[in-house]
Amino acid sequence: MRASASEPALVTENLTIRFGGHVAVNAVSCAFNPGELTVIVGPNGAGKTTYFNLISGQLPASEGRVLKGGEDITRLAPSARARRGIGRAFQLTNLFPALTVLENIRLAVQARSGHGWRFFSPVSRFASLTEEAEHYLEETKLSAKAHMTAAALPHGDQRKLEVALLMAMEPDIYMFDEPTAGMSLDHTPDVLELIAKLKQDKSKTILLVEHKMSVVRALADRIIVLHNGELLADGPPDEVMQSQVVREVYLGSSGEDAA
Amino acid sequence: MTQTTKSPKGALFIKGLVLTIGALLLFAPFLFQDTRSLEVAARICIFIVLVASYDLLIGYTGIVSFAHIMFFGFGAYGAAIALKEMGPGWDAVLLGAAGGLVVSIVVAIAVGLLSLRVKAIFFAMITLATASVALVLASQLSGFTGGEDGITYKAPDLFKTANKLMVDADGKVARLFGVKLNGKLAAYYFVFSTCLVLFILCLRMVASPLGTVLKAIRENEARAEAIGYRVVAYRTFVFCIAAVTASLAGSIYAVWLKYTGPDTALSFSIMIDILLMVVIGGMGTMYGAVIGAVLLVIAQYYLRDLMGVASEALHGVPFLPELFEPDRWLLWLGIIFILLVYFFPKGIAGTLWDKGARS
Repeated sequence: MRASASEPALVTENLTIRFGGHVAVNAVSCAFNPGELTVIVGPNGAGKTTYFNLISGQLPASEGRVLKGGEDITRLAPSARARRGIGRAFQLTNLFPALTVLENIRLAVQARSGHGWRFFSPVSRFASLTEEAEHYLEETKLSAKAHMTAAALPHGDQRKLEVALLMAMEPDIYMFDEPTAGMSLDHTPDVLELIAKLKQDKSKTILLVEHKMSVVRALADRIIVLHNGELLADGPPDEVMQSQVVREVYLGSSGEDAA
Repeated sequence: MTQTTKSPKGALFIKGLVLTIGALLLFAPFLFQDTRSLEVAARICIFIVLVASYDLLIGYTGIVSFAHIMFFGFGAYGAAIALKEMGPGWDAVLLGAAGGLVVSIVVAIAVGLLSLRVKAIFFAMITLATASVALVLASQLSGFTGGEDGITYKAPDLFKTANKLMVDADGKVARLFGVKLNGKLAAYYFVFSTCLVLFILCLRMVASPLGTVLKAIRENEARAEAIGYRVVAYRTFVFCIAAVTASLAGSIYAVWLKYTGPDTALSFSIMIDILLMVVIGGMGTMYGAVIGAVLLVIAQYYLRDLMGVASEALHGVPFLPELFEPDRWLLWLGIIFILLVYFFPKGIAGTLWDKGARS
């Protein structure tokens, strides 16, 4: 764990989940600081997505705690964590397919601003919601497609919409799970550019699961390595990439006793 | 695709059709001057509200419930019991409707909170069980509900057929375009206006920010939760709103019919009618409720007559008159449904809505 002058934005303490006898995430303790982009790497089945699910609340922890800004959020529902500033994007495109691009974004804006319970006045009365949503569409260059349904978008644009949805939530903590998965190479830079832009805001904490080494090199301030559900390595990119343990894991030799 | 949301031709057609139906219902007592037609018109009004509120659940939020008729029944029995016990007065109507409403809300919250967390199929089963219990209770507690026979009572004086809203020079009931201005007319407009208000409330709800949240829950429940919406709370809320609307529709129907029994207010055959109406009209369209209700109610009342005419006309032709024998009307109703579902897979409003849209 790296020491930081400022209070960590997010802490996992001893975080564990078991599925029957299988321990998918095993006692992972880690702190994430504002202004830091941490890339989480590890072979398939290492527990990266499961670790994400424990932080954002899709799965209940068997043991351990999740702290956001010092507050214990381990037992909170995903929606409550989202309202506390944890924004989570998913590995597979996870949108509202029959709704328009604008509606998708507006949903995130209105969730944050607490307008979800307004049931009597038409949407058009809440001009500020639409204006804010349009702002994020501009940021992500999706304005021209605002009135298409999310399902009708090309895959690359769907990934961008996923990022836009997250930005519209205005979280303190961004969690991206392979944001470039399934994208053609010429589309990848768009999404990475967006993430790089988010990184400039030093109050934000970004967690990123990614396989592509080019992406890791370009963005990471810090890398943590998960293997068989355990935290294997944690440190600056160069250091971690050079480490013997990590090389063994990635080259397929046994890393069991290394942990 | 342009920035402006221009309605495609299909959408304009559906809106036009719904407005036309609204106008026909508004002038129904003057356009169709017989008791049976007025009965049909009132039934259509009630079912539009019932189906629209059900569409909030099944079409907008993706909740499958079989208890919708139960909430209708609570409202109907509430008004019926109050009118029976307290005599025909507005106080009885209000108290009965309020009683039905309270029961509906309590049961809806209980069912919602206990079971909206579980998988959709289990929720559907729980609503089925709850509605069955309500039906059994209504027929068993005969001292209270009249059992299988139901309850007959009088409506408030204003709605009595003998009541003259206006009198002419001779002291007889005045007529407007040949229509008697009596209590029956007042009763119809009571049904029409209250149903119109309820339907407009449903329309406003789906156009509101909450409406978008409901659609989001239908589309992708986990994602809605992940961006900050408490899905269980929203589901329970819309379940209550639908229950309240159905309950009010039940009370209005009870006042109109002056009779409430299991067959008019609780039976599962009505629940199936509601399902058919929402499917035929188009789920998640709201306008579909109007189209579905009109089609099904009219078919139920007039298909038999129409077939009688057809059978007569084909007299002498071999086999065909047999086929169009009025008693076989249910067979034909079934065939019509199958064809409608085949040609309009998203319901009439849902399928036509996007016609003529360019993307």
